[in-house]
Amino acid sequence: MTQYVMNRSKLWSRKSKEDKIFDLINLLFLTTLSLVVLYPLYFIIIASISNPDSVYNGDVWFWPQGITFEGYERIFQDNRIWTGYKNTVLYTVVGTLVNVTLTLMAAYALSRKDLVGRNFFMILFVFTMFFSGGLIPTYLVVKNLGMVDTMWALIIPKAVAVWNLIVARTFFQSTIPDELLESAKMDGCSNTKFFLKIVLPLSKPIIAVMVLFYAVTHWNSFFDALIYLNNEDKYPLQLILRSILIQNEASASMVGDVESFAAQQRIADLIKYGVIIVAAIPLLVLYPFIQKYFVKGALIGSIKG
Amino acid sequence: METKLRALPRRNVRSVPKVNSSWKKVLHNYELYLFLLPTLIYFIVFHYVPMYGVLIAFQDYMPTLGVSGSPWVGFEHFERFFNSFQFWTLLENTLELSVLQLLFGFPLPIMIALLLNQLRNQRYKKFVQTVIYAPHFISVVVLVGMVYVFFSPNGLINNFLMIFGAEPVHFMSQAGWFKPLYISSGLWQETGWAAIIYLAALAGVSPEVHEAAIMDGASKWQRILHVDIPAILPTAMILLVLSVGNLMNIGFEKAYLMQTPLNVSAGEIIPTYVYKVGLQGAQYSFAAAVGLFNAVINFILLWAVNRAAKKLSGSGLW
Repeated sequence: MTQYVMNRSKLWSRKSKEDKIFDLINLLFLTTLSLVVLYPLYFIIIASISNPDSVYNGDVWFWPQGITFEGYERIFQDNRIWTGYKNTVLYTVVGTLVNVTLTLMAAYALSRKDLVGRNFFMILFVFTMFFSGGLIPTYLVVKNLGMVDTMWALIIPKAVAVWNLIVARTFFQSTIPDELLESAKMDGCSNTKFFLKIVLPLSKPIIAVMVLFYAVTHWNSFFDALIYLNNEDKYPLQLILRSILIQNEASASMVGDVESFAAQQRIADLIKYGVIIVAAIPLLVLYPFIQKYFVKGALIGSIKG
Repeated sequence: METKLRALPRRNVRSVPKVNSSWKKVLHNYELYLFLLPTLIYFIVFHYVPMYGVLIAFQDYMPTLGVSGSPWVGFEHFERFFNSFQFWTLLENTLELSVLQLLFGFPLPIMIALLLNQLRNQRYKKFVQTVIYAPHFISVVVLVGMVYVFFSPNGLINNFLMIFGAEPVHFMSQAGWFKPLYISSGLWQETGWAAIIYLAALAGVSPEVHEAAIMDGASKWQRILHVDIPAILPTAMILLVLSVGNLMNIGFEKAYLMQTPLNVSAGEIIPTYVYKVGLQGAQYSFAAAVGLFNAVINFILLWAVNRAAKKLSGSGLW
């Protein structure tokens, strides 16, 4: 056996000259690729703590120049950003709670082979992936329900994502053995009790995947807020970001005290870099730890998808 | 329950009327239907009611009268759209952006997955994966914000070009740059993440196949061509069907955010037009007609591609 294993590893490490060249080019290529992906993110970090004049003049490339935290100070003094942050956290928590509860319950029901009509329900749900009434009719429904300008407009119309429903259903189908249900039934266990006491504790990985998928969607979404919210006090972070980053409206309170227009522009740029970091911080910090769950989720879905 | 049924003589089982046993099953599992109920209501209210609401595309919709009371106008809105001076520009922009996206966005993840799969150093492989997946989680607003700061007249890109003595380019105010920026920023964000599914398919290839190939003296390049590529072909086929079928559903939010008054001629696509005319201009019926046109084209595409894929490879989406 050991001999076999040794032969195997020898076999894999056997390299012709051609393979060596291939490996070298491959390594160079993938390293360049990683740098291309990483550098813009790294540059934003160093630009956010550099003297805005150096960034403007193109003196900042690899290290921060003339370190200053002025951008962050101005960001933290700005009320809009704090309100946006608070709103986004609220929408993300409540929204994800609704999403995960509904998705898991429905996905479990759909995973049961003894659910009469389950194919009909699946087709009903999956069809909406390929055809929809479109923006205007959906907007009118939300408006007629009186949800415009409330947080529910961001949560209820996105209550269940078909894709996540498929992912969770696939998970239940492949992890909860039929025998488990049979024996629980013998003991007089009801469906609700079985779901709460046995299925959910066995499904921690998929719960994590669902929470993460939905939470990231809520955290990053801006379009629903754009169409359904009018009151600026209810704006989520992404809408505030849009006005600062894209519409170039760093609020008066942020740069109002700066004298010249040119200096205002540069500080506005500094704020832009800082704001990107502030918005991305929760994810940046968590990302390395939660990455495996995202990958897992993407793969469970692809089995059936 | 099932075991009991099985224990009965076969004839007896058959003689139970089917409908009756179905109803028993439904009643027996009533809790499962309660689990399903909120989701069912959700899909009906927020997906199927809007599908009914799309009828306003054939009406002069008035909010006070509703869908059932508004006067019918037939295909008037469609005709107006087809005859409007923007129609061809919109169609061209929409198709050009999505075809370009497909052209680059489809093969690149495959290539990267194939190359990553050849890395023998597992830790380095993990590192590259972690890095290239990361941009997927950046929001559209932040991504487009990055494009704006990097491509501004004194941004990173222009500062870099100026090293070589180039004049600063006003990227965001030139229509010609809209599509290249849209596509390349999309590639930067999604290529790594899209490679995941191919990496999984490659991980499913049995090592013995590779070993046999090595024994026969196949180089890495030859193994990619003759082992790896055939292994991921079915996956690639399904993804191709899906993306061609979604050709008209192009990322609306990004196009909208990237538009400036000066590049909008290249950046206006059907979905952004629907938003502007419908919600900003409150022409509900007209915008619903434009949206319906888009959805129908998309559905026909999906259906046609799925048929073609079934004929060619025997596997489709349904």
